[in-house]
Amino acid sequence: MSDATLILIQAVLLTISTAATPLLLAAIGELVVERSGVLNLGVEGMMVMGAIGGFIGMIVTGNPYIGAVVGVLFGMALSLLFAVLTLTLATNQVATGLALTILGLGLSGLIGEPYVGRSAVRMPVLNIPGLTDLPIIGRLLFGQDLIFYISIALIVGVAWFLFRTPSGLKLRAIGDNPQSAHALGIKVIRTRYLAVLFGGACAGLAGAHLSLVYTPQWTENMSAGRGWIALALVVFASWRPFRILAGAYLFGAVSIGQLHAQALGIGIPSQFLSALPYLATVIVLVLISQNRRLTLINTPASLGKSFVPDR
Amino acid sequence: MISTGPEPLLTLKGLTKSFGTFKANDAVDLEIFPGEIHALLGENGAGKSTFVKMLYGALQPDAGEMIWRGKAVTIPNPAYARQLGIGMVFQHFSLFEALTVAENVAVALPGDTPLKKVAADLEAVSREYGLPLKAGAHVHDLSVGERQRIEIVRCLLGHPDLVIMDEPTSVLTPQEVDDLFTVLRQLASEGKAILYISHKLEEVRALCERATILRQGKIVGTCIPREETAASIAKMMVGADIHQIRPSKARSQSAQPVLSIRGLSMDSREVFGTRLKDVNLDLYPGEIVGIAGIAGNGQSELFDVISGERLAGRPEQVMLFGHPAGHEDISARRARGAVFISEERLGHATVPTLSLSENVILTRYRVNPGLKSGLFLNRGLAKSLLGTIVEKLDVRKSAEDPAAQSLSGGNLQKFIIGREVLEDPKLIIVNQPTWGVDAGSAARIRQTLVDLAESGAAILVISQDLDELFEFTDRLAAIAEGQLSAFEPVAETNRNAIGLKMSGAFSGVPA
Repeated sequence: MSDATLILIQAVLLTISTAATPLLLAAIGELVVERSGVLNLGVEGMMVMGAIGGFIGMIVTGNPYIGAVVGVLFGMALSLLFAVLTLTLATNQVATGLALTILGLGLSGLIGEPYVGRSAVRMPVLNIPGLTDLPIIGRLLFGQDLIFYISIALIVGVAWFLFRTPSGLKLRAIGDNPQSAHALGIKVIRTRYLAVLFGGACAGLAGAHLSLVYTPQWTENMSAGRGWIALALVVFASWRPFRILAGAYLFGAVSIGQLHAQALGIGIPSQFLSALPYLATVIVLVLISQNRRLTLINTPASLGKSFVPDR
Repeated sequence: MISTGPEPLLTLKGLTKSFGTFKANDAVDLEIFPGEIHALLGENGAGKSTFVKMLYGALQPDAGEMIWRGKAVTIPNPAYARQLGIGMVFQHFSLFEALTVAENVAVALPGDTPLKKVAADLEAVSREYGLPLKAGAHVHDLSVGERQRIEIVRCLLGHPDLVIMDEPTSVLTPQEVDDLFTVLRQLASEGKAILYISHKLEEVRALCERATILRQGKIVGTCIPREETAASIAKMMVGADIHQIRPSKARSQSAQPVLSIRGLSMDSREVFGTRLKDVNLDLYPGEIVGIAGIAGNGQSELFDVISGERLAGRPEQVMLFGHPAGHEDISARRARGAVFISEERLGHATVPTLSLSENVILTRYRVNPGLKSGLFLNRGLAKSLLGTIVEKLDVRKSAEDPAAQSLSGGNLQKFIIGREVLEDPKLIIVNQPTWGVDAGSAARIRQTLVDLAESGAAILVISQDLDELFEFTDRLAAIAEGQLSAFEPVAETNRNAIGLKMSGAFSGVPA
C-alpha cells in the first residue's frame, strides 16, 4: 500500500474513534446508573450542558483541560437535580428524565448565547514516542486526546468495578431488588445518588468532548441526539460494558462510512445511508443479545421503579 | 443450659410501634434464652412482621427497651443487628435472582471478603449442616427449597446467637420441612436461640419449647405448645373458636365429566416457566378435586390453559361440559358456567386501583346482561351485587366501595370468591384459595366451596397447603415439573405419600 492510502486509513479510523468516544462515555455512565435500578432519560440534557460548560471553561481560562472539568461539573449539577427529585422526592423517573433533557437543551442555549461563533482551543493530542508512529493503529491507539484514553479506561474500570468489587456487587444487588438490599442493610438511596452523579459526570465529559475535540466550538443543541443513542446502546448492549464499546464503535464506523459513501455518490438514497448507522447498530446488538437467559440475568429488574424505604 | 442461672439472651420490654393511628405493636414484652426454640404465633396482621423488623433494625420502635446479653441496646440498622449476633431468614426471600449463590451471600457480609473465600466458607457451612448448595449457580435457576438454604447459610455465616425465622415452611414440602427442623434442632443444641415465627400450629407443637402469641399488636398469652392442642392455640391466636368445616356428604359421580383434559403438553410462555407434560384429568359434578404442588411446578401454566388465558393446541384437549373448548376465550368459557379464580389477587383477579363494584363488572358483565344497559354500565346493579357479596362472605372494608388494593389479603380473597360464585357456577377452578389468608377467612372460603360442591358444582383446587387439601378435597394428585400424578381418594392416601409426589417421585403416565 502507498503511504497515501495508509494515511487515509489512519485518518478514517481516527474520525471513527472521535465519533464513538462521546457515545461511549455517555453510555458507560448511564450503564452504571441503570445497573443501580435508576432510569435517567436526561442523558441528552446532561450532555449538552457538559458541552457548554466545557466550552465556557475553556474560553474563560484558555485551558481545555479545565474546560473539561467544568463540563463534568455541569453534567453532575444537572444529575444532582435529577437525583434529588427521583431519589429523595421519589418522582417518576421517566417524566423527570424527559424534563431534564428539555431543561438542559434550553438552559445551555440560554447561557451559551454569548459564545456562539467563538473559536476554541482544541484539546491537544498526547503522543507516545515510538508507539504513535506504528502503521495504521499507531495514531488510533497512542496518538489521541486525554478524553479518549479516559473513555477506554472507564469501560475497563466499570467492568472491573461491577463484577470484581464488593461495592459493585452491592450496586447490582440494588438494581435487582432494592427492597431486599434495604432489608440487608445496604444503603440503597446513597448508592443510587452516587451512581446518578457518576452518570452525570460521564455525560458531562461526553459533552465536553463534543465542544473541545469533535467540533471545537459551541452551537446550540450540538449534542444532536447523541444522548438518546447512548441510552439505546445501554439497552441493546444488555447492560454489559464491553458490548457498549463494541456498539459505540460500530455506530461510529457506520456513520463515518456512510458519509464517505454519500460523498462518493453511490446510487443509494442518502436518507437510507443516514439511517444505516442506527439500523446496523440495532441489528448487531439485537443479534448478540439473543440469549434470553443471559439478558435476563443482566437486566436490572427494578429499573425505573422508585424506591421508598419503610418508615 | 436454662437451669444453670437462666440469663436471657434477649429481653424486650414494652416495645411499641405505630403507623399513623394504627398501633402495630403495643407494649410487647418477650424473653428469649440461649438454646431455645421460641415460637411467635399470630394471625396475618397481628404485628409479627413489625416486631421482627424492629429486632433486626429494619424499623425503629417508638417506645420500649431492648436488652441484649444484659445490656440495653438500640439497633439502628440490620448491619448492626448482625454485628450483635442477630441473624434473620426472611419470609419473602431477600435474594437477588440475577446474582449467583456466592454473590448473594457476599452482598450481606461486612467488609471486602473475596468472593472465592465466601464460596469456600459457604460450601463448608452447607456441608456442616447438611444444606447442599452450589456457589456458582444463579438463584433464578433454583427451587424454592434451595433458595431457602441460601438464606439460612447466609444467616449462619454471620455466626449469629439468635436466628429469626419468618414463616420458613410456607413453601416447603413435608420432607423439606423435616430437614429444616433437623437443622434448627442442631443449631439449638449448639446454644443458638431461635425465634420461630409461624401460624402453622402442628409445626410449632412439634418443634418449639415455648410460644408467645400475638393478637392485634399485643401479647395475649404464652404457652408450652406440647401441652396444648392446635385448637386451643388457635383460639388464643384468633380470640374465638375457629369454625370447623362441615365434611361434605358422599356424592354420586355422574357419567359425564364437567371438565376433562386429555394429553395436554405445552411449553410455558415464561422464560423460566414450566412445560406441561401430558396432563390428563376428569372432574365430575359435586366433587372437590385437589392438585398439590410447590409453586412453580406448572400450576399457573395449567390454570391458564383451563381458564382460556392461553389456548390449548387442539380444542378437544380441554373439554368443558362435553364441548371442545380449548380454543375458546375466557368469556366464552364463563358463559358456559365456569369461573376461574387466579392465584394473583391484585393485578389478575382484580384491578388494584379500581373500586370493588367496578371489579364486579369486569368479570361478570358477559354473564350477567343486566350489568350493561345499551352503551352504558349499570353501576347501580354492580353496587347491589357488591352488597350481596359483602354480606354473604363477610367482607370487611374501610369504605362503601373502596379500591381493591385497600383490602387486606383475606378480605380481598373473600370478595373475589364471592364475586365468582354469584350465579352458582357449575365449575370452579381456584388456584391457591387461601394463600396468606387468615384462619377465620380461610375457613369461610372453604365452607363456601364445600357448600357449592354439595349443590352440584365441580371444583378444582390447586394449592400448596397440604393441610387445606386434606381438609376438604375428595380426590388428590400432585404436580411436579409440569407432570400430574394419578388422582387418589383422600381417604386412601396420606401427607407423606403426597409430599413425595410433590417432589416428583412418581413414575409412569398419570391416569
